[in-house]
Amino acid sequence: MIREIYITETNCITPLGFDVESNVEAILRGDSGIQLHSDISLMPNSFYASIISDEKINSAFAEISAETKYSRLEKMMILALEPIIKNSKIELNSKTAFILSTTKGNVTALQNNSEESFNNAHLDVLAKNVADFFGFQTQPIVVSNACVSGILAVSVAKRMIQSELYDNIFVVAGDEVSEFVLSGFNAFQAMSELPCKPYSKNRTGVSLGEATAAVLVSANPATAKIKVIGDSSINDANHISGPSRTGEGLFRSIQNALKEAQIEANQLDYISAHGTATPYNDEMEAIALNRLDLQKVPINSLKGFYGHTLGASGLLETVIAIASANQNRLFESKGFDEIGVSELINVIEKNEEKNIKYFLKTASGFGGCNTAVVFEKLHY
Amino acid sequence: MIQNKTYIQNYCTIENNKIVLNGTSVFKIEPTDFADFAKQAYRNFEMQYPKFFKMDTLSKLAFLGSELLLSPITSTEHENNIALVLANKSSSLDTDVKYQESISDKENYFPSPAVFVYTLPNICLGEISIRHQLKSENSFFIFDTFNTEFMSNYSNILLNTNKADTVLCGWVEFFNDNYKAFLCTISTKENTEYKNETINTLYNK
Repeated sequence: MIREIYITETNCITPLGFDVESNVEAILRGDSGIQLHSDISLMPNSFYASIISDEKINSAFAEISAETKYSRLEKMMILALEPIIKNSKIELNSKTAFILSTTKGNVTALQNNSEESFNNAHLDVLAKNVADFFGFQTQPIVVSNACVSGILAVSVAKRMIQSELYDNIFVVAGDEVSEFVLSGFNAFQAMSELPCKPYSKNRTGVSLGEATAAVLVSANPATAKIKVIGDSSINDANHISGPSRTGEGLFRSIQNALKEAQIEANQLDYISAHGTATPYNDEMEAIALNRLDLQKVPINSLKGFYGHTLGASGLLETVIAIASANQNRLFESKGFDEIGVSELINVIEKNEEKNIKYFLKTASGFGGCNTAVVFEKLHY
Repeated sequence: MIQNKTYIQNYCTIENNKIVLNGTSVFKIEPTDFADFAKQAYRNFEMQYPKFFKMDTLSKLAFLGSELLLSPITSTEHENNIALVLANKSSSLDTDVKYQESISDKENYFPSPAVFVYTLPNICLGEISIRHQLKSENSFFIFDTFNTEFMSNYSNILLNTNKADTVLCGWVEFFNDNYKAFLCTISTKENTEYKNETINTLYNK
């Protein structure tokens, strides 16, 4: 019998709040973290992005540690993990693993030419710094698979617990808004002039954002918030910087995840999609969903609230989707106005009550990667 | 869970201007830089894949190794469910540093999308997937040192849950012209060749 896998703790650090509750309240009010910024150290021109204030990070961090050696991202990751590690009371022994997922980690360390700073740009060093704060006994595992990293990490955690190497895995995902990433997306002409508008007719690209999120993936159902019942990560094998026109990788990822979950497509009550608001990504998702006959399932992208938080996005959006399912509420897909993809999908326009038993989380990214994970609520 | 036994099928090591396939040296040249070594290796094996020359160094390294292991076992006639599970220490830092240089000097600011796309370690998985049309599982991990226990466990669970028929698993490290690649194919097909070997012993050979 293969082990059943649960998520038993969740947390997130975003511009909308430093715990899940405050984030959900902000979403229900319709607040967005995306603001206009003028900061020439980040971009020559003003830009829209979802950025956390340094003061908020520093004052929250000061409450848990007086240590000053940590980078901004490390503080954000420690803040996301600290309450869930404490609350879980799980012993950090050889059966407890730590997975850190990120796209660019401490890439800002490259701005400084010193050898010490360069060392901090290594993702294994970032993971060790965060792991040592808490005293994990196992070698940290870093998942760096572009914008699917955060949700792929849940999938990796599920698989490793099923392999019986570990019983509990703490997963953290995080990325920052940096000059490095802003200039790159800008060079791709993928940035929106206005706050991003996923799936809308007038969408022109992404707004970038920053956040960290953390979950505990466990074989123990005692305090489970949700069950992880199917997952898959299939490559498009089509292009390194653009999605497949047919959505092949996403289509197959969802198909495999549903098959493992042993549910039919029409049993899904909600889809928390990727929806970056670039013309090609959103179009690709609509095509893949229609190929699976999922066009009627209520769907949102949370990018209108948080921007695209890169490697953090998949885990952050899963944390919010778990709250959505447990509260039987669908959250609006902020920024959406008029449907702008060629095949119809059922974008959630207003917050509404709905019984949610099964939901799907998807993500796609550079390198042609895609991930789909199916979740089942335990108490409904 | 019921675990089927898995077997290493073939392996390949690339380091110090040399390529070793299943323990036998198949290509070796006088010391040179990686760009030159990669070009000569590509020509030696008549790879005929012009996209190779657009790749960054990490992708070239992963591509060369995967080419030797996958070309004999993939076909355009049928689906190839070969998962890609690679890891390294330096992520895409070799290209990250080059990209950072292109934006550091405001008087000489030239961020290029063609460079930026390679500032992700998993791009090499995309390149291999495109080359062999692998619409399959893939994931890229970072470790301080090659965590062979994790990598073989992760590969085995993909095979044991039917998420893949074969796994291409390994270490592809590249930074500042220092490189080492170790790749192997693993499946449940019985192979007595490496019965007493593990990823760990082959990697350290």
